[in-house]
Amino acid sequence: MGAAVTDRVPNTPVAAGAPRAPLDLQSRLSHLRQLESESIHIIREVAAEFENPVMMYSIGKDSSVMARLALKAFHPAKPPFPFLHIDTTWKFREMIEFRNWFAQENGLELIVHTNQEGLRENINPFDHGSQKYTHIMKTQALLQALSKGGFDAAFGGARRDEERSRAKERIYSFRDRYGQWDPKNQRPELWNLYNGKLQKHENIRVFPLSNWTELDIWLYIHLENIPIVPLYFAKERPVVKRDGAWIMVDDDRIPLEPGEKPVLKSVRFRTLGCYPLTGADLSTAVTLPEIIGEMLATRHSERSGRLIDHDEDASMEAKKREGYF
Amino acid sequence: MASQVMSVAEVEAQLRRHQEKELLRLVVVGSVDDGKSTLIGRLLHDTNGVYDDQLSAVKRASTQAGMEIDFSLFTDGLKAEREQGITIDVAYRYFSTERRKFIIADTPGHIQYTRNMATGASTANVGLILIDARLGVLQQSRRHAYIASLLGIPHLAVAVNKMDLVDWNQDVFQRICDDFRKFAAQLDFKDVTFVPVSALKGDNIVERSERAPWYEGPSILGYLETVPIAADRNLQDFRYPVQYVIRPHLNYRGFAAEIASGKVSKGDPILVLPSRQRTRVASIDTYEGSVESASAPLSVTLTLTDEVDVSRGDMLVHPDSVPSVNNRFEATLVWMHQKPLDPQKSYLLKQTTQLQRVEIEQIVSRTNLDTLQAEPCETLELNDIGTVRVRANRPLFFDPYRQNRRTGAFILIDSLGNGTVAAGVILASSSGAGARGQAAPGQHSMVSPRERQERLGQRGMVVLLSGLPGAGKTELAYAAERLLYDRGHVALVVDAGDRPGGAAAPTEPAQPSEAVLDLCRRAADAGLIVLLAFAAPSAVGRTLGQTAIGSDRWLEIAVNAPLERRRAAASDFYARHSTPLYEPPAAPAATVDLGAHSSEAAARLIVDLLEQRGVFSPR
Ligand SMILES: Nc1nc2c(ncn2[C@@H]2O[C@H](COP(=O)(O)OP(=O)(O)O)[C@@H](O)[C@H]2O)c(=O)[nH]1
Repeated sequence: MGAAVTDRVPNTPVAAGAPRAPLDLQSRLSHLRQLESESIHIIREVAAEFENPVMMYSIGKDSSVMARLALKAFHPAKPPFPFLHIDTTWKFREMIEFRNWFAQENGLELIVHTNQEGLRENINPFDHGSQKYTHIMKTQALLQALSKGGFDAAFGGARRDEERSRAKERIYSFRDRYGQWDPKNQRPELWNLYNGKLQKHENIRVFPLSNWTELDIWLYIHLENIPIVPLYFAKERPVVKRDGAWIMVDDDRIPLEPGEKPVLKSVRFRTLGCYPLTGADLSTAVTLPEIIGEMLATRHSERSGRLIDHDEDASMEAKKREGYF
Repeated sequence: MASQVMSVAEVEAQLRRHQEKELLRLVVVGSVDDGKSTLIGRLLHDTNGVYDDQLSAVKRASTQAGMEIDFSLFTDGLKAEREQGITIDVAYRYFSTERRKFIIADTPGHIQYTRNMATGASTANVGLILIDARLGVLQQSRRHAYIASLLGIPHLAVAVNKMDLVDWNQDVFQRICDDFRKFAAQLDFKDVTFVPVSALKGDNIVERSERAPWYEGPSILGYLETVPIAADRNLQDFRYPVQYVIRPHLNYRGFAAEIASGKVSKGDPILVLPSRQRTRVASIDTYEGSVESASAPLSVTLTLTDEVDVSRGDMLVHPDSVPSVNNRFEATLVWMHQKPLDPQKSYLLKQTTQLQRVEIEQIVSRTNLDTLQAEPCETLELNDIGTVRVRANRPLFFDPYRQNRRTGAFILIDSLGNGTVAAGVILASSSGAGARGQAAPGQHSMVSPRERQERLGQRGMVVLLSGLPGAGKTELAYAAERLLYDRGHVALVVDAGDRPGGAAAPTEPAQPSEAVLDLCRRAADAGLIVLLAFAAPSAVGRTLGQTAIGSDRWLEIAVNAPLERRRAAASDFYARHSTPLYEPPAAPAATVDLGAHSSEAAARLIVDLLEQRGVFSPR
């Protein structure tokens, strides 16, 4: 791939471009404009009807799109809510770098929360297994942060096409005071009329990207020139093979098996999380069109790269009931 | 994951096509075993809507069942949940082609079918109904079509499935089409399309099949890719339900909303509801910069040229296309909750960005879902559909659902449990002509309020002159009528006929009857300014009047006079009543004392008030 094309890629986050020329709103309405408008409607609705919303910011591509939609929704004002990142301390270093740049660049209020208790006990994915680790460092941490901030609504970037159990998830998802999801107690959603009435001690998770697919996300990132973490683009990175997945050796906390040696491979990530739990794809795609080209040709669901979902069947469902997003 | 190598130019071209796709929402309905899961699974599979890892999981499960691929398994995951007693109203599936992105609302659940289908249908552009070729048009199919039509789905496709089991017999197909067409003629679809298919074998699902050479129409996917939906959007009537006020600093006040319908351009005249203030669009702002115009369903931010008072729940419209402003209306409800409708209770209603308390004044009827006939009923229960009259605390700004799917829709919320208990579509204002059932074409006025307003230079209004007998209400009414006439306006005096010296001496301070209010409403509909000179002694009675007329065209004036003057004017009455029953208006628009002022002076005050309320159009 020639340098001319790679130039556009935000290898350092700062290289990201400004929004493109004003849209011609007259032109035939594309599905992306319609999805965008519907998501903005949801974000504004929550800001209007809830006392203390917060937007989850997980640094990934979906979060980047959701944050852009929030910026659009209230422009020229800043979004009237803070952004929350649950830092497990096991994120890729480039993610943290990007996060700090992103918040500053856009003048956003960023809350970073880590489960201090878990940190003290050195809870990690290697010694405790991905399930227990996720429960303590993600689910618990999230609940701590939500209750500490007194938030009554939390935006999440989940999409319904991510995996099967989400297909029936509502846009407003009601949780009891322990953050638990009661699937028997969800409300029907008609038109664009969302029922935001809460019982005491209830709060909601809101998914403004519910109707977006992975392809929509990439197309939109391309159309809008939205900066994303460079890990999404292929580059030679040190990896080891674990349970059939390429795991990046992002720092020296990953215990290597005897004789195991990191190798350099051209890889990129379709989804970003904690580096020891996130499988990389072998790829040479270094531009958005190339990534989208691969997407259109590929036949693997994006969660196949996430080790956490393989733990048990219907694992997302179980996690969600516990309070995971 | 090596991609098939595509050139950058190829990829870019493909990208552009993908970025310019239209969005189509589809609700798929059918009775159990009609083949709905198989058909959806086919569509997803044959359009690459499923991934390899999902496919291999399905293949594994299919082999266990002795099949190569059981397409219905792509959409399962709901079956298990049903067994666990989980309520799922709708599951959403996604796939896309280069022309369109599709969102399928898959509505499972047989007991709760009505509720689920209504949810999926509320946003659908297209309804796809499955019919088993062997069974033909069943009661169920009619019910599905009825609900689709009620929820305003413009286009209907009927997939006559399992054609392989009737040997692709054209007569079978034709008979089903005829049966269905006869019935659907009573419904409101723009068009109905019939496709003979075999979901199991994949005939006429994605590709046209050779098995039915006699069929000349498109495959299901061909239809979905081409059915014209852009024109379904209401682009005539600009409706802008203000959602959020954006104030980054003192010099900027933007009103954010999703344009519910119509189109707006910079410089357009704007009428603010309910205040009826007039202003203009100063700018249409987006993150990318200001634009000259925007149309539904975009989310934008408007700034206005004047400092008008606008907040969430208000609606901005064009002055020449104003929605109904009324707090009473007739609606069809789909009841969605275990707890039946309780007419004694008040509910919360959410319509556009308004949330307010309402009462169900009357349950008019319930639709028998077998015969589709209206029948009398006491209440509405889960999955019932019925017509009711609703009264809200404050006026709503709405259009009949038939004209506008955004401003004619609402949900009802249980004010204690907070659950969503019903979905509603507005038929018409309750007090409007033809409120009892939809007016047949040609039986409603062909003159619009805007045309009347242009001709008369005024809008319809009812001015209640309320006060004790002998206070001088009628005299004042005629003075005001004269003054209005002199200024080129048209007014009508309606009084109780109980003037002192009139035919009937008053025995009680008179309350305007329903018939009188109906007359006033009709006169106001016709654009007249009605001067309603009535004692109207009870506060409740006056509120009823306001509700019947609509609060935006109702003005209350309290008319006072000293006791001597009243006694002199209504001696008969005061001979019998020392302290007549009269609750003075709590918040009249004005109080006039005919002891202190002449009728003419008081009339000028009234005309000034009307002027302030924007009753007279500038000429
Ligand atoms: N012969 C034949 N069988 C079909 C066809 N479509 C579905 N079926 C079968 O009908 C049964 C019910 O199908 P399914 O998709 O589960 O129906 P659903 O209950 O409407 O979702 C299954 O055994 C299918 O294999 C068809 O076009 N031809």
